[in-house]
Amino acid sequence: MHNVWILAKRELAGYFATPVAYVFLFFYLALMGFLTFYVTGYYERGVADLQPFFALHPWLYMFLIPAISMRLWAEERKSGTIELLMTLPISMSQAVMGKFLAAWLFSGIALVLTFPMWLTVNYLGKPDNGVILASYIGSFLLAGGYLALGSFLSAVTKNQVIAFVLTFVAGLLLVLAGTPLVLEFARQFAPDVFVDSLRSFSFLTHMNSIGSGVIEVRSLAFFGSLIAACLAACVVTLDLKKAS
Amino acid sequence: MIEIQNLTKEFGPLRVVDSITFTVKKGEVLGFLGPNGAGKSTTMKMLTGFLTPTAGTARICGHDVEKEPMAAKRKLGYLPEGAPAYTDMTPAAYLDFIADIRGLTGDKKAARIAAVVKEVHLDQVLHQPIETLSKGFKRRVGLAQAILHDPEVLVLDEPTDGLDPNQKFEVRQLIRSMAQSKAIVLSTHILEEVEAVCTRAIIIANGKVLFDGTPEALAQRGPLDEVFRKITTGDRIAS
Repeated sequence: MHNVWILAKRELAGYFATPVAYVFLFFYLALMGFLTFYVTGYYERGVADLQPFFALHPWLYMFLIPAISMRLWAEERKSGTIELLMTLPISMSQAVMGKFLAAWLFSGIALVLTFPMWLTVNYLGKPDNGVILASYIGSFLLAGGYLALGSFLSAVTKNQVIAFVLTFVAGLLLVLAGTPLVLEFARQFAPDVFVDSLRSFSFLTHMNSIGSGVIEVRSLAFFGSLIAACLAACVVTLDLKKAS
Repeated sequence: MIEIQNLTKEFGPLRVVDSITFTVKKGEVLGFLGPNGAGKSTTMKMLTGFLTPTAGTARICGHDVEKEPMAAKRKLGYLPEGAPAYTDMTPAAYLDFIADIRGLTGDKKAARIAAVVKEVHLDQVLHQPIETLSKGFKRRVGLAQAILHDPEVLVLDEPTDGLDPNQKFEVRQLIRSMAQSKAIVLSTHILEEVEAVCTRAIIIANGKVLFDGTPEALAQRGPLDEVFRKITTGDRIAS
């Protein structure tokens, strides 16, 4: 566990050593603010809550998270530092966890920096802060799921652009799986069991239930197992491809 | 301290390293010579546990690199080909990170970092990002990283590549000064380097060991370039 933390610390420092972190944070916050207040019709609703804000997250993360995750392993393989890392006394799974943890913490920092939203809504009215807290936790879990997926797909290729596109498409599929469009289409020919499991694989389904203020065990289990499975796949992929 | 036995690596139908066997004892500096593509780097990558061999074993201080990777890696210092490093870091931050991973703490950590910085002359660039450094300094950062924990086994893939003559001289002196207490393997295609620092030379081509002996024995056969050419191309014609 100690090694995981040492590596996570180095990675996190690495984000802030280059403009990457600042550029990302700027656009993340700018987009979140702009879209919430000008696109979702936030003021017209006349309700003091953050529901429109959190509803954006699955869609925004779709391309913001790959921007963080694409470099995780693709860069390490391209620059050859993976050879250095793998010959240091640190195991592959520790390395995968360390880098994932750093990326997840970074996305957490970005999320925390949206606190002016929370201040605004509390100034405007009396929102249910329990729901807001649950939604923040949900959004953090969602970011973790996307990042684990992105981490795995970043190990598949040395090319960061390919890693970005793969993660974007995978994220899109996972979000769309829960939209009425896809569910209705599937219902026409597939049995209900299939439609239900498709729905349960969707980020949207879990975000909607968390958005109502309840973090179900089901959702925790979903994100937990998604993260674990993707990181395990990442370890296996790196073992196979580290030297190529 | 280094035992390599029938080490073999195949990439698809291509046999890059063909059943290489050798040992390196403490106090020995083994020069690994061969034309480009001979299998030098691949052998080193297997020895350091980065590549999984198709067959054969590599041991570092008695630890099989495949079966006990952690124990083997702790005893090992490695400079990979091209001296990769996290280039957005400064040498100071980078060495600090390596020291943490190597389990060095407190006074010992500070003392070791100070010692290697002095040994490879990094003091003037300690706080500049590695990506802004010259090739020579980058190589020295890689070297500093490899010797930071004072390992018993040192594997250096082309340690003097890209250095100017003065820097080469210094690095060779550094290697010689460490030789007493370590087992060192270094690859090079600079023939004089073998005479200058190595106590033993191995020439490989097409993945096979073609010569294993002292640099003196090699020199007795004639001028180094000619001997090297004869040994490495002779095999190619024969096979």
